Amino acid sequence: MIGRWYRDLAMGAGLTLNGGRAGWTRTLLTALGVGLGVMVLLLASAAPTVRAAALERADARSPVYLEEGARIGDDTVLAAPEIVEYRNTLFSGMLLGSLGDPREAVHPPGIDRLPAAGELYVSPALRDLLDSPEGALLAERFDGAPVTGVIGTEGLRGPYELYFYLGTDTLAQDPASYAVSGFGGDRPGSGLSAMTVLLIVVIIVVLLLPVAAFVLTAMRFGAESRDQRLAALRLVGADRGMTRRIAAGESLVGALLGLALGTGFFLVVRTFADDVRLPASGVLPADISPAPLLAALVVVLVPASAVLVTLLALRGVEVSPLGVFRENTDHGRRLWWRVVVLAVGCAVLFVPGRGTNSEGTEWTVAVGVLLTLTGVTLLLPWVVEAVVGRLRGGPLSWQMATRRLQLNSGLAARTVSGVTIAVAGAIALQMLFSAMNAQVPPGEDQGPAATRMIASATVETGAEGAEFARGVDGARGVASSVPFLLAHLDAPPGTDGPQERLTVVIADCADLERLVTFSSCTDGDAFVTDGGEVAVRPGDRLDLHNARAGGPAAEPRPWTVPRVREARITEALSGPNYQGLYLTPSALPVEELENIQATVLVTLDGKVPDAVEHVRNHIGVDEPGTDSRVLGSEIGGSVLTVIGDALRAGAVLTMLVIGASMVISTVEQLRERRRQLSVLIAFGTRRSTLAASVLWQTAIPMVLGLVIAVVGGFGLGLLLLRLADLPVTDWLAFVPLVGAGIGVIALVTLASLPYLWRMTRPEGLRTE
Amino acid sequence: MSGANTAEGTEALLTATRLRKYFGSTAALNGADFTIDSGEVVAVMGPSGSGKSTLLHCLAGILDLDGGTVRYDGHELSALPDTERSRLRRSDFGFVFQFGQLVPELTCVENVALSLRLAGVARRRAESSATEWMARLEVDDVRDKRPGQVSGGQRQRVAIARALVAGPRLIFADEPTGALDSLNGERAMELLTGAARDTGAAVVLVTHDVRVAAYSDREVVVRDGQVLDTTARIAGTT
Amino acid sequence: MSIGTTLLGLLESGPRHGYDLKRLFDERFGHDRPLHYGQVYSTMSRLLRNGLVEVDGVESGSGPERKRYAITDAGVTDVSRWLSTAEKPEPYLQSTLYAKVVLALLTGRDAAGLLDVQRAEHLRLMRELTRRKTSGDLADQLVCDHALFHLEADIRWLELTASRLGRLAREVGA
Repeated sequence: MIGRWYRDLAMGAGLTLNGGRAGWTRTLLTALGVGLGVMVLLLASAAPTVRAAALERADARSPVYLEEGARIGDDTVLAAPEIVEYRNTLFSGMLLGSLGDPREAVHPPGIDRLPAAGELYVSPALRDLLDSPEGALLAERFDGAPVTGVIGTEGLRGPYELYFYLGTDTLAQDPASYAVSGFGGDRPGSGLSAMTVLLIVVIIVVLLLPVAAFVLTAMRFGAESRDQRLAALRLVGADRGMTRRIAAGESLVGALLGLALGTGFFLVVRTFADDVRLPASGVLPADISPAPLLAALVVVLVPASAVLVTLLALRGVEVSPLGVFRENTDHGRRLWWRVVVLAVGCAVLFVPGRGTNSEGTEWTVAVGVLLTLTGVTLLLPWVVEAVVGRLRGGPLSWQMATRRLQLNSGLAARTVSGVTIAVAGAIALQMLFSAMNAQVPPGEDQGPAATRMIASATVETGAEGAEFARGVDGARGVASSVPFLLAHLDAPPGTDGPQERLTVVIADCADLERLVTFSSCTDGDAFVTDGGEVAVRPGDRLDLHNARAGGPAAEPRPWTVPRVREARITEALSGPNYQGLYLTPSALPVEELENIQATVLVTLDGKVPDAVEHVRNHIGVDEPGTDSRVLGSEIGGSVLTVIGDALRAGAVLTMLVIGASMVISTVEQLRERRRQLSVLIAFGTRRSTLAASVLWQTAIPMVLGLVIAVVGGFGLGLLLLRLADLPVTDWLAFVPLVGAGIGVIALVTLASLPYLWRMTRPEGLRTE
Repeated sequence: MSGANTAEGTEALLTATRLRKYFGSTAALNGADFTIDSGEVVAVMGPSGSGKSTLLHCLAGILDLDGGTVRYDGHELSALPDTERSRLRRSDFGFVFQFGQLVPELTCVENVALSLRLAGVARRRAESSATEWMARLEVDDVRDKRPGQVSGGQRQRVAIARALVAGPRLIFADEPTGALDSLNGERAMELLTGAARDTGAAVVLVTHDVRVAAYSDREVVVRDGQVLDTTARIAGTT
Repeated sequence: MSIGTTLLGLLESGPRHGYDLKRLFDERFGHDRPLHYGQVYSTMSRLLRNGLVEVDGVESGSGPERKRYAITDAGVTDVSRWLSTAEKPEPYLQSTLYAKVVLALLTGRDAAGLLDVQRAEHLRLMRELTRRKTSGDLADQLVCDHALFHLEADIRWLELTASRLGRLAREVGA
């Protein structure tokens, strides 16, 4: 049994290898197609490694906090992580200061010593940004600190990550600083949310399904001329099983060659990884090594599916010694089972009900998405056949293209099915992303003129706070500002006060008036925000001892909530969650608070360019306990942004790969029709007519595929949004992808033209 | 060469002088002369590989010459740009080849109408003329079939209908019966030459089959890249 | 085929005795039907009478009379005309055509041209038959086809011979 298989497969392989120039060309085309697919699969299989490597380096630089009660040694370091926002980018760094001997001090990987006060180490990408005109304002943020050194790649997530280490000696006053005994701990909370995992699963499905479809298509290149060879084999006495195994052997050669080519492509593409800034921090080429299990799957599955696809393709085909007869050619595709797959997929997504995106459902959703997309794609051959079968007349080029498609609509449908999956999936995901992104900010329409910021600093006294507020008010680009003090209070330990931490805002009546709306105000008044969301009643006790956790335990300092009146938060403050108590200075002994945030609500002057950056620069990066943020435009889902970028890049890559496959199959078709093309030219046919026919032949299935993809993608998007209970915000999600599809049509046609010119040279008339 | 003289006074329909065509270093045509008058059927014979087909391709302006001239109806064909030559092929010439000339995905009637549509005739009119010609060549019953679904003889008659439908003045036929048995071949030749005579079209008939060549008015032989007019020779000696 | 013109042609390469002529003829063309001596002498005396040959000399001795014949200018012209004139195409022409080809080769004339001329003549007749066939009834068609097939066979022979002229020339020693 095995011996027979081996013998027949080997014979098929031998036939391909000795098949002369035409045989080689066909095999190479298949190998090229399979190779492109294998390259993408290998790149995808390296994704876990890439992520793991980046995470590993991120872990290696994360500080290990000094255990409580441990002795501070010469090597102990104070560290404060710092997040920097600059225009549309968000990056992090760390302030470092020695607690002992700076020469002994521990230091993170990528730099060779702890930076001294005022010394700045930056990643190469940050250095480039700081050096560029684009980053001039950012350089001010670092108070013009000169770049002392560059962080090595071993201390960065990727080659394009923006990161810095700034040496400072004021960290002791920074409430956000910690004593650190070393670097290389496990970072807490770096896992992804269930929703994000779901998204990634769906994305992988959406991107890899078309590649798989494409690889399977590539394996069927040249099937027509193969049929003649098989018939010849039957004539000399091969039985049905043998011919099938021999055919499988032939495609096996193409698949194996494709595997080799794909590995080559992968190795080449990998070296260009530095040039790609996706995800934002970039990827080190060395990180791109396929996960062994996934790579093994690719290596095994690609040749195995080559054999399988050939056997399946020959199932409905009778290879007789006199020729090949297709039992049921492309005619009469059945609709019902295609609809069933689609319906089941939709049902799976529909049944869980609105707003069910809790944990545990992600696999259901993934299956639903998979089924829906597969169903949409299965509809394609039926639709292509139904539509193309009804096309009549038109100009000559159109007639030739439609007739050609009528003769073999299956091939065209198979080729574009990858595009349909990719585009439908991408549209659905794009809708989901847009809706999720729209969810993060409140979605208020704030013109640039009305941009507001919150700047804050941790202070110990109200006077310090006032000083900070005056400083901010004087910064460039500030139109007006409202200063107030902010504290967060708990109930004293062991009492039954409010369960949640209460936000307390303290300002005089004049400033309070700009934060909340009330009927009247005199010093000593207290207000609570309306809406019943704040669970506090007069007489409740709160603890004024609000030092942050980890400080020495102290006696509680209880404070009783006075009589409060309701007040409404003004629109200016609606972004940050400042629901809570609003107090005039006399209502609470500010000096007894331990942890006060001097806060300023800043309204920016829209006429000053980069006003935001000027305010941020005023605050700087190394002022202890300072923070600032722009209201209404928080860079919330940075993970979502990265995933969205990856999705778009993946969809474009998929389209390009499929475009390449369409070029290959068009070229293959042209090659088979060389003689007819030459005859048409002899008849005086314009080449433009032939070129137009190639264009139609590519465009008709592609447009059908895109239409189905848009409809299916919207449907899937609506289902996903319903699951997430989000409104549709992006009705135009399909525009860029459809645009890319049209671009692919144009590219395929253009790329096929030189070959068309070659095929239509009069030499084609000469008999071989 | 003895046979290349044109008839006195009137110019021949097509005259080729001193044609040269090389494929690589081998000369397929090496100073070949050829002439054909309106309405004349000329058989081009010669052993395999003698350059018969190359001569036909050069006469029809499909191949570029390496030397010599082809004059057709007062134009110097060899000096025209490719677009002009293509236009001439659409309007004035018809072609029949041995095999592989029909577009497989188009129906037979669409294949026949192709010549007219290339010349800009509207689809409906083109297809009705095509149907008439198919009737004349006794293949109107396969009108809506694809070439792959009809017999070789029918296929060739469809091709002949296509060559004739646009009313060409000169038909180039390259082994038109090469893929047919003798009965089908004879019938195809009868129909082709009969139709050509009726419409006054001249035919350049490349064939290695003397029974096919017997349908011509005159025969030339291509040998060593040159054209020998044997009919003229015997006429001169008897 | 004409034995007289063939013998004349054999004389073109030089004067020969009657006996030599018979031997030469049998060797080249006789194969299964050698000439009788009587045939040779009666033919030669006819040619002598017509002035196409002359007696070059007589060898006396025992046995039969031994005359040596030589071709005259008129004889050379006669051979030329015969070779350049196409035979009327008819079945079983080969022996005559073969003789013509060999003679052309032996006498250094254009054997390929001879074949071309013959081919053209065959084709002319085929054209005529084809025309008659296309306008005739079935009986005409069948009769014409019979002739056409034979003529086609002849032409095939002519073409084959044309492509083997070089070898034939070497073998007949021309």
